Amino acid sequence: MATQASAEGTDRAAGTEVRRRDFLNVAAVSFAGIGVVAVTIPLISQMNPPADVLALAEVEVDISKIQTGQAIKTVWRKQPVFIRNLTPQEIQAANAVPLGELRDPETLAGRTKPGKANWLITLGVCTHLGCVPLGVGEGENRGPFGGYFCPCHGSAYDTAARIRTGPAPTNLVVPEYEFVSDTLVRIGAGGTA
Amino acid sequence: MSFAWAKPYEPKSAFGRWIDARLPLPRLVYGAVGGGYPVPRNLNYWWNFGVLAGVFLTIQIVTGIVLAMWYYSSVDGAFNSVEHIMRDVNAGWALRYIHMNGASFFFIVTYIHIFRGIYYGSYKAPRELVWMLGLVIYLLMMATAFMGYVLPWGQMSYWGAQVITGFFSAFPLVGEPLRIWLLGGYAPDQATLTRFFSLHYLLPFVIAGVVILHIWALHIPGSSNPTGVDIKEERDTLPFHPFYTAKDGWFGAAVLLVFALFTYFAPNFLGHPDNYIPANPLATPAEIVPEWYFWPFYAILRAFTVDFILPAKLWGVLAMFASILLLFFLPWLDNSAVRSGSYRPLFKRFFWILVVNLILLGWAGGRAATPVVIAVSQLATAYYFAHFLIILPLISKFERPLPLPDSISTSALHGERSETAPAGITRPSATTATPAE
Repeated sequence: MATQASAEGTDRAAGTEVRRRDFLNVAAVSFAGIGVVAVTIPLISQMNPPADVLALAEVEVDISKIQTGQAIKTVWRKQPVFIRNLTPQEIQAANAVPLGELRDPETLAGRTKPGKANWLITLGVCTHLGCVPLGVGEGENRGPFGGYFCPCHGSAYDTAARIRTGPAPTNLVVPEYEFVSDTLVRIGAGGTA
Repeated sequence: MSFAWAKPYEPKSAFGRWIDARLPLPRLVYGAVGGGYPVPRNLNYWWNFGVLAGVFLTIQIVTGIVLAMWYYSSVDGAFNSVEHIMRDVNAGWALRYIHMNGASFFFIVTYIHIFRGIYYGSYKAPRELVWMLGLVIYLLMMATAFMGYVLPWGQMSYWGAQVITGFFSAFPLVGEPLRIWLLGGYAPDQATLTRFFSLHYLLPFVIAGVVILHIWALHIPGSSNPTGVDIKEERDTLPFHPFYTAKDGWFGAAVLLVFALFTYFAPNFLGHPDNYIPANPLATPAEIVPEWYFWPFYAILRAFTVDFILPAKLWGVLAMFASILLLFFLPWLDNSAVRSGSYRPLFKRFFWILVVNLILLGWAGGRAATPVVIAVSQLATAYYFAHFLIILPLISKFERPLPLPDSISTSALHGERSETAPAGITRPSATTATPAE
């Protein structure tokens, strides 16, 4: 005991530089800390979407049966997708709106494919809290702007599915998609949006 | 525990002494909820609700473990397994209805417990950590209840999960990846249901753990009391057992009677009928409404309709979280040295206005979002924050509290001396009858 005490005494007297024991301590604790962090990585990342869910990230939809003025609801990544064949009047109405009036300014042309301005393809997920807006089915409430209307908190979208009134912050999301042919659309197709 | 006159544990049998020397668990129980824990003698019925919250936690854990023996956490099987429990499993209907209404009653008694703490200033020094641990329990309860409501995979389950996880997407940049991480997909699905079941089973035990910390922290200064005056001497207190075990026992039985009335005669009164429709990811119910105990917070969420620097949606989510986080600062927002609202004339009035305001918020949160409902939500939300951030600090500055009693005993035993004194009929005595007590 006495020798140990005196040894410590001399250590302290030696000054404030790092002792070997301090270094070992810091190194060991740091290494263990890195280990703990490394172990939590799989525990956290396992909660992300698994491969089978990601594998459903692409669907092909036949749009040949959708008449002008009609719309359908399909599913992509377990989320509803609206595919709507706009009438000329609806396209006109969308183009007539000055961009400055919009909460989330985008043109109809910017939300559709070149030469396919009548095909409005968006997620059917209200950007407020994720409800499915009405307006796809025959006779459903399309809201004051003739596009879609969310019954949950009253967000109204226009014929380009842009937010006009209500609590939703942004327009209905346009997913990535491409026209495989004039009657076939591939939703989720990478990078061509 | 911390009082000099607390009775030490004395094992009565040789076996008791043998155990005590090796694992002093009976000593711990005796000191925590037995004859060894001195409690203020003047506690009123509002002090019964903490124990009652423990009773309902126990009911939820026991019925929940049993329900989990029959429940399938699969998107195809969950709804039917709940119906199977209701129709075919022996006593399944009773167990599920007890679990369903037990959640509501857990919140009812917890809300009363919280409001008791607010009225009597139980959050003040030296009980700040008791209060904050209580809030942690409350947050865990909310998470547990939300995930439990998702499990039957009915329409409200599904769309509740969609809306609540949608809160997180309000945060810029990290929001959407966070939402997808929470759901394990792009919309609520199998991954969501299974993880919610796992966590719904885990969290009640975490709650039980924090409850132990809550009680531990409480037992350092001991329970507060309706006068808010500190315990000064032995006659201010009574041992927890048998006095408060008896009172908690009878009052608990009375509340369980009301609980039974709901469970057996109006089991679905507190729920939403749409949750008896199986989940449909392609059709939103006409109105998504959370369970009643979330209504005030839902009203706060919906109160923000105008973008102001930040999007309205983000404001709503921030305000909703802030409305609870704010309560963690309550011990420092209220600076009055007087604990009990009974001696604070101004505070008392505003306390009741706050209660009415919260009922109003709850009303608004449970209704369809019409302009009137939104306007009420906005006013009530503004008042809620004003109460804690403006009114409360001002009250504690300008209020003149009423004179406090000298001690718990003089308050609780008021008139004791004159009442036990001779009535002065046969033998008048001027010295013993002192009404000043």
